[in-house]
Amino acid sequence: MTNVLVCIKRVPDFSGEVLLTEDSQSADARFVGYTLSNHDSCAVELAVQVASATDGTATVLSVGDPDAVEQLRSALGVGCTTAVLVEAEPVTLGPADVAREIAAVVRDHEAAGTSHDLVLLGNDAADSGDFQVGIRLAHELSRPVVTGMQTVTDQNGVVRLQGDGPDGRETYEVPLPAVVTVMEGGVEPRYPTITGRMKAKKVEVETRPVSQAPAGSARVRLCLPPPSPSTVEVLGEGPGAAGSVVDLLQRLGVGR
Amino acid sequence: MILVYVETTPDGVNEVSLETVTFARGLSAAGGGVPIDAVLVGPAPGGASTELAAYGVRTVHHAESDGFDRFSGAATATAVLAARQAAGAVVVMAGGTNRGNEVMARVATRLGVAMAANVVSFGGLSPFVVTRQVVGGAALEEMRLTHRPAVFAVAGHAVEPEAAAEPGAGTVQALSVDLAHEDLLVRVVSVEHAGTDDSGSLKSARIVVGAGRGAGGPDGFKGVIELAELLGGSLGVSRVVTSLGWRPHHEQVGQTGSRIAPEVYLPCGISGAIQHWAGCASSKVIIAINTDAEAPMMTKATYAVIGDMHEVVPAINEEIRSRRG
Repeated sequence: MTNVLVCIKRVPDFSGEVLLTEDSQSADARFVGYTLSNHDSCAVELAVQVASATDGTATVLSVGDPDAVEQLRSALGVGCTTAVLVEAEPVTLGPADVAREIAAVVRDHEAAGTSHDLVLLGNDAADSGDFQVGIRLAHELSRPVVTGMQTVTDQNGVVRLQGDGPDGRETYEVPLPAVVTVMEGGVEPRYPTITGRMKAKKVEVETRPVSQAPAGSARVRLCLPPPSPSTVEVLGEGPGAAGSVVDLLQRLGVGR
Repeated sequence: MILVYVETTPDGVNEVSLETVTFARGLSAAGGGVPIDAVLVGPAPGGASTELAAYGVRTVHHAESDGFDRFSGAATATAVLAARQAAGAVVVMAGGTNRGNEVMARVATRLGVAMAANVVSFGGLSPFVVTRQVVGGAALEEMRLTHRPAVFAVAGHAVEPEAAAEPGAGTVQALSVDLAHEDLLVRVVSVEHAGTDDSGSLKSARIVVGAGRGAGGPDGFKGVIELAELLGGSLGVSRVVTSLGWRPHHEQVGQTGSRIAPEVYLPCGISGAIQHWAGCASSKVIIAINTDAEAPMMTKATYAVIGDMHEVVPAINEEIRSRRG
């Protein structure tokens, strides 16, 4: 039985232009809404799969503002059974703060009788892209950590992990307890069922304050890259443009 | 001293590491000619030190004992920390590959300092401020690295790799590393080597033909696959294509897929959401084909054809074939 803890982050759902807040400290998501990072969605799926295969539990956790309950409930809707929100102002948090807060939850739950032997996180967040919370968490908990994995299979206390390395498909086998960061590509996150959504609404989210004042992220400010002047040259419309395209490819030295 | 963690392929130093050493030279120059050392961990091709010397590296610290025959993130970080200690580095950096990010995060964590990922440039040296990509490159963050060593990873394709005007000595020094039990607890057990259809060929492809939602379904890729074959290139797709199950994930270009930097990228039926742009922005020339002339990919491209990819692409294929006779 493996009790999995999966950690997720509420991130702005940008697909077009990014807007910044007036103080240039955050991305302004008022007009686009929020979602989960793709890697986080896959981590949730893997957590549910491992918990189900081992008759264990999947607990979902987020460190952020109270609105992150929306993302916790979406994870509850696809099979997580309990949820924890560590309330904090996101802009005040650096990766070390987030790792420390997750570690505090793991330790407190363990003291209360629930051991999260496997902790899953997205490899990096779609907004901040820090690539380090999982590693800092593992260091806090003195556990081994593997990053960038796409599949996770529990084999009686040892997890078998696979992901893409520089030379091909890599396999790791790691004794639990361990921390694993997940990348998109190995599993397809499931959609919530109506029953799942109903159940998710009834779950009481464990809400707790941060264990200590955040140290912060060393951010000076956010800015937007200068817009590249549009210099696009239209080669034509429809199939009639094929000749111009092939002329261009030949000038560029390809397609000969 | 600046220390660069360098990754290699069987053919030599990998491209992102050469970009990173090039970035390090800019930092070195700003600091008045601070020496640049490199650290290699595990087996490395014979010519790597010569290549690094051409890029201005003074000393190559090489750790290659038995413990490094298969990758372990913890052991690699221990080797980088040993090299940092030996050389007295005030900056430790790597290319922003998955390995590079992981090793820098481990190094920073063990030193109790911050780590900046996806760095594209630096501002002042005192305080040391780096600029890094966030939100998949759609925004930038200025971040202050006050601790020493400053630890960061350079985003792939942030700079062009360029050999140094004045080569370094590239002297190889064997690096002795004491590995602990914990360093070897998690290592790669096996590697299934990549075939020609894996993302490795996509990432290094000179020509990439892309396809997005405009393909219309799993059967809508015949034309773009044929075009990629005619051009000797690779197929890359947008996330919607993989999430709908039309094509495998290893073909995905974007923030959570491969980041490509081909000579020519031909995105067909791809609107150009910022997540896709994050993966293809380093393409030298973009020739976009789309029915919507106002789609972001069309306005950001170098060249555009307004039209349905299912009509335009077969016409291009036919034109190439007829010119070849």
